[in-house]
Amino acid sequence: MSTSQAVLRVDNLVAEIATPRGLLRVVDGVSFSVDAGRTLGIVGESGSGKSMTCLSLLNLLPAHARIAAGAVWFGGEDLTKKSPRAMRQLRGRRIGMIVQDPMNSLNPLYRIGTQIGEVFKYHHRVFSSRERWRRALAVMERVRIPAAASRIGNYPHQFSGGMRQRIAAAINIACQPELLIADEPTTALDVTIRLQILQLLRDIQSERNTALMLITHDLPLVARFCDEVAVMYAGRIVEQGPVEQVFGAPAHPYTRGLVDAMPRISRRSSRLVTIPGQPPAAGEYDIGCRFAPRCVHATDLCRSRYPELTAFADGTRQVACWYPRQESV
Amino acid sequence: MLMYMLKRIASALLTLLAMSALIFVMVRLVGDPAHLLMPPEATDADRALFRQQLGLSDPMPIQYARFLAGLVKGDFGNSFHFGVPALSIVLVRLGPSLTLTLAAMAAALLVGVPLGIASAVWKGRLVEHVMKCFSVAGQAAPPFFFALLMIRFFSVKLGWLPTSGYGGWRHLLLPVLALGWYSAAGLARLTQANLLKVLGSEYILVARLKGVPERHVVLGHALKNALLPIVTFAASQFGILIGGAVSIEAVFAWPGFGSMMVESINQLDFTVVQAAVIVSTLLFILINLAVDVLYAWLDPRIRYGH
Amino acid sequence: MATDLTSPLSATAETNVAITLTPPVARRSRPYVRHWRLMLAATVLVLIVLSAIFAPWLAPVDPDAMDLAAALQAPSHLHWFGTDPLGRDVLSRTLFGARMSLFIAFCAVFLAGVAGAAIGILSAYFGGWIDGMVMRAADIQYALPPVILAMVLIGIIGPNTSNVIIVITLTNWARFARVLRAEALSLSQRDFVLLARLAGASPWRIALRHLLPGVRDTFLVLLTLDIGLIIILESALSFLGLGVQPPTPSWGSMISDGRAYLENAWWISVMPGLMLMLTVLAANQLGDAFRELRYSAREVE
Repeated sequence: MSTSQAVLRVDNLVAEIATPRGLLRVVDGVSFSVDAGRTLGIVGESGSGKSMTCLSLLNLLPAHARIAAGAVWFGGEDLTKKSPRAMRQLRGRRIGMIVQDPMNSLNPLYRIGTQIGEVFKYHHRVFSSRERWRRALAVMERVRIPAAASRIGNYPHQFSGGMRQRIAAAINIACQPELLIADEPTTALDVTIRLQILQLLRDIQSERNTALMLITHDLPLVARFCDEVAVMYAGRIVEQGPVEQVFGAPAHPYTRGLVDAMPRISRRSSRLVTIPGQPPAAGEYDIGCRFAPRCVHATDLCRSRYPELTAFADGTRQVACWYPRQESV
Repeated sequence: MLMYMLKRIASALLTLLAMSALIFVMVRLVGDPAHLLMPPEATDADRALFRQQLGLSDPMPIQYARFLAGLVKGDFGNSFHFGVPALSIVLVRLGPSLTLTLAAMAAALLVGVPLGIASAVWKGRLVEHVMKCFSVAGQAAPPFFFALLMIRFFSVKLGWLPTSGYGGWRHLLLPVLALGWYSAAGLARLTQANLLKVLGSEYILVARLKGVPERHVVLGHALKNALLPIVTFAASQFGILIGGAVSIEAVFAWPGFGSMMVESINQLDFTVVQAAVIVSTLLFILINLAVDVLYAWLDPRIRYGH
Repeated sequence: MATDLTSPLSATAETNVAITLTPPVARRSRPYVRHWRLMLAATVLVLIVLSAIFAPWLAPVDPDAMDLAAALQAPSHLHWFGTDPLGRDVLSRTLFGARMSLFIAFCAVFLAGVAGAAIGILSAYFGGWIDGMVMRAADIQYALPPVILAMVLIGIIGPNTSNVIIVITLTNWARFARVLRAEALSLSQRDFVLLARLAGASPWRIALRHLLPGVRDTFLVLLTLDIGLIIILESALSFLGLGVQPPTPSWGSMISDGRAYLENAWWISVMPGLMLMLTVLAANQLGDAFRELRYSAREVE
């Protein structure tokens, strides 16, 4: 992965939550980068730290959480050091984020024309509401919302889930950001709609060479729409690389397990393959490899020392395992 | 939306009808109307005449129909204590009560809502503790007790304000404070709770993700959603305020509806009591209806519902 | 840089960071704070109730004993709460007033609660026109503020202690009925009721065994939240002369009696008033604590 055109580079990010039990590290030293015009997928189970990573990037962690260490490089600056005011100017304008739940992501009391047009008010200083309305309409048409002109005055509850995600996309691309983060954008949608939304994101990306980060636990989606993928487990990245390589010849046992767990019609079997056990609770990690308790190949070394993320296969891939399977596609 | 309103109006009329039937039955069941609805010094001849005039020997349903017909015309009978139509007495005394109640409602909103907002935004700080003390105290005592304490302090000790009577804003101030405290307390708590809940919503996160300044996130996006249920709450508070006004009017000699009711009950002037019950029920129903309509209009999910 | 990762000896020298717990953050654990408030409120309330029950033994003198020579005396070691214009000891009267006010309030809230709950649950259970009638009746109760409705009823049936209880019950049952009806309705849609029905349980069994325990928490919360309101309602009626009749002391009538003496003998009104405030405050706090507990239990569900 060349980092010369990297729009975003995350460097050893650590995020902690304060709980009655102490400070828990939900994101424990995560590094990755996204290039312009490319799509990075981040996969992992619930609780692996995916969503927290995104919120950390934008300095929108909840009140009891904070960034403890690391750097987030965007536009030549470290975002973790920026003031809240500077971050606010960045959000929605240069970095956009689509959240998971379309049913609750729009304010029920405001018309969607107003909600889309709002970004123009705060980022482009457009004070005329008619002008904002006009621009909002243009954006709605770009994301192909049918009958946009007649529906711009409608309220969120008058739209379906898929439409609301389109509206969310519209809000996010209105100011043409360089980076777009999509946190499980399709999990709450019908299967038929999912592909539409992702295709929409792809189209947006090709228009402006936007860098795209797709966070999901849906592997086939990643395989289809992403260029690179990072696999997260227990707050850390365990494997990273081009998506054909990582999914085609997974090096890390966890990735292998995920890939094997995908039901495929071509491969008939009587049982579905699963990974036995549960991931560790956030912050309660053992010494050594965090996947070791569930790994059939685990040895004493695995249990006693943590395998740092190391490059292999000509540096295009990284894996955190003492015994990675070395193959390439 | 129209269907909704029609249904509500029909329901309200039914309740009004039921209330009128109830008061009709109660007054007549408890005693002979010829005794209850006439002054105590009336003679038997008077009563016989009264009985004949009112058709008291007719069966109940006929009497009730006559009663209803009278209501529609605005004829509630005459107060025998004052000799004038009962309705006019009720309406005259309604004015000062409405002044008092509306002023108390306004004061409660002006104090309670901002206090609630501040307690939500600066949760854990001094203002939240002030709000909690304010609301705990406000909901712990009957308004008339506050009124007495305030009279002793502001009127008797400090001499700033008159102890009682009906007049300008100086006469209005203490009654309004005493009456409104309870509602302000409830409003502050509810506003804080609602605002905190709304601030945890997904669309608030999205507003922040859009880069909306925090001030606008709270006072624009969040507040609008948080205040919507306050509209219905305010309607319920109106009823509580009218109830509290009864004792406040007694304390301050305020010539209002509540003190009129107390007087007419003590004087056994049941025509006035009847009229008062029906008029206040009607008023209440109208207010609740208005608030329902307002809420339905304000919430686009109901207004443009699917 | 190609590394042979099959050999464990090529592992990097530094060992990983171990478990990442740091000492607990200094924060008061919420459950304990909640408990503390609940305990304090319950204790205060219990003390007041006990002193009301044992008033005949706790009161220093007979509450009706007049001693005109000792009239209008300020609080002193002889009379802790002072005396009223007839020389009666305010402390004794306050204690007996507590007896009366609390007796009425607890009876009324219990009756209103049980009757309202029963009506609400049965109404939800039977549905149909019965439900419609019951809701209409509740609407009538809601058509007027409780004070006004209570006043009119008292005016018709006459003011005495038992009538006050009846009247307060009649003006407060609807809240219980509505809320518990809604609870029962939503419970009856839940899976465990469906399962019971599928298993062939009779309607009575469902109602008693499944619905009743489910509404118990809501019922208790409503009950405790309502006590304060009803104590205030009773005091308002007594204050207006429409409640407990003299010479029996009740907090409301005592406050009313002291009105004329605000300037020079404030204790006549203020002492019972403060007791009232304290009681309602404790009851409200108790109700709040119950409600919080119930909601946190709900979240666990």
